[in-house]
Amino acid sequence: MANMGMAFAILGAAFAAFLAGMGSAVGVGLAGQAAAGVVTEDPNKFSKVLILQLLPGTQGIYGLLIAFIALSQTGILSGEGSEISLVKGLMYLAACLPMGIVGYISAKWQAKASVASISLVAKRPEQFGKAMIFPAMVETYAILALLVSLLSISGVTGLPI
Amino acid sequence: MSDTLYTYAVARIRSKEMSLLNAAAIEQLMSAKSYTECIRFLQDRGWGDGNTQTAEQLLATEREKTWALIGELVEDLSVFDVFLYANDYHNLKAAIKLVCTESEDFGLFLSHGTVDRDDIIRAVREKDWNSLPEPMRQPAQDAYEALLQTHDGQLCDIIIDRAALDAIYQAGAGSENDLFRMYAELTVASADIKTAIRCANTGKSLEFIRRALAPCSSLDVEKLARAAAEGRESISDYLATTDYAAAMEALNRSPSAFERWCDNLIIEYIRPQQFQAFGIGPLASYILGRENEIKTVRIILSGKLNDLPEQAIRERVREMYV
Repeated sequence: MANMGMAFAILGAAFAAFLAGMGSAVGVGLAGQAAAGVVTEDPNKFSKVLILQLLPGTQGIYGLLIAFIALSQTGILSGEGSEISLVKGLMYLAACLPMGIVGYISAKWQAKASVASISLVAKRPEQFGKAMIFPAMVETYAILALLVSLLSISGVTGLPI
Repeated sequence: MSDTLYTYAVARIRSKEMSLLNAAAIEQLMSAKSYTECIRFLQDRGWGDGNTQTAEQLLATEREKTWALIGELVEDLSVFDVFLYANDYHNLKAAIKLVCTESEDFGLFLSHGTVDRDDIIRAVREKDWNSLPEPMRQPAQDAYEALLQTHDGQLCDIIIDRAALDAIYQAGAGSENDLFRMYAELTVASADIKTAIRCANTGKSLEFIRRALAPCSSLDVEKLARAAAEGRESISDYLATTDYAAAMEALNRSPSAFERWCDNLIIEYIRPQQFQAFGIGPLASYILGRENEIKTVRIILSGKLNDLPEQAIRERVREMYV
């Protein structure tokens, strides 16, 4: 039981990295298909559609960041591996979940918005700026989840439990 | 079926839609001084393959291009069967007439059906009805025998046209996509209305009319058949009680005005697909948009070739998809 806290903390880090990474992989892949369709017909639009394709990729980076911080706080990265109570371990897990879950869902929906914006750019390349805004709005919620996870992890670290 | 299956295809279609003829381009085509100028205008827009000279070659090349693109984008073309059945049954009709009249005119056949036209010709020639798809077998045999025994080409046409409409309706009704369902419903209903009007004009019997009309959900074919047997007035009275009340004005003008009304209704329905980023709908709409564009260009070119007055051409010109 003594190591269960550490196990849950690592599980939390894994959730953040896995779920957000999965969402981004699916999202960038989906937007990539649309981008390829547009570039097949007009290679000049490559740079514009590439940016739109990459937008759903940020959640994977946020997930990695949260996983990295969680692992660092538990001492896994430094190799010290200080003992963590079961309650604290569960708290780390809970702190990582917002990034994992919101990251996964927001990446998928951001990809759909990106695909729609890629269609917009295909027809009206001069509206690229506006086209960027629609998928970027979804990013707000990934950033909010990132903030919650970040603040929670730092808060949990300081708790005397 | 997952909507995201066609993401690449829809994005490519979005780019392709840019080269479709819009209302302004049709207006330019209309204002061309001659048939030759029209052909040059279309060639400048990328129509044809550089070697095409006549309007029919140009239009056939464009149709080939559309299906070649769709074939490239969609692995299983059977999703578009509802659009292709009409070609199959047209080819079946042509094959039966070809075999029965021993003519050698192969120009009557259409490409892009669900069954290879050579297979249809062979099946009719050898009376190997079982080699045809199940829904085609009985109508093919009935139409063949009707033409051989009665030499009544109209009866043969009625049998096959009815089978074609049944096939289109079944394909539409079995689809999960609203667009295919709407297309099938409207195709069958408009064909029924046109048939009813023709039958009323030529004084056909109620039995004949019943045989010609295909059931669909927006029309009560029994009522329509009875109305057609009574005359045009009765058809108008019946249609006034249906979704096609607005079509009466067009119907009273001319059959071609009614056809235009039906085509415009489909275009109006599919137009929002231009803003859909996922699903098969934008691809299906592109096919219908292209077919509509080709039909409109054919109308304008034949009008210019035959020196028809501008008003007569304009009356037949369809709304454009883009």
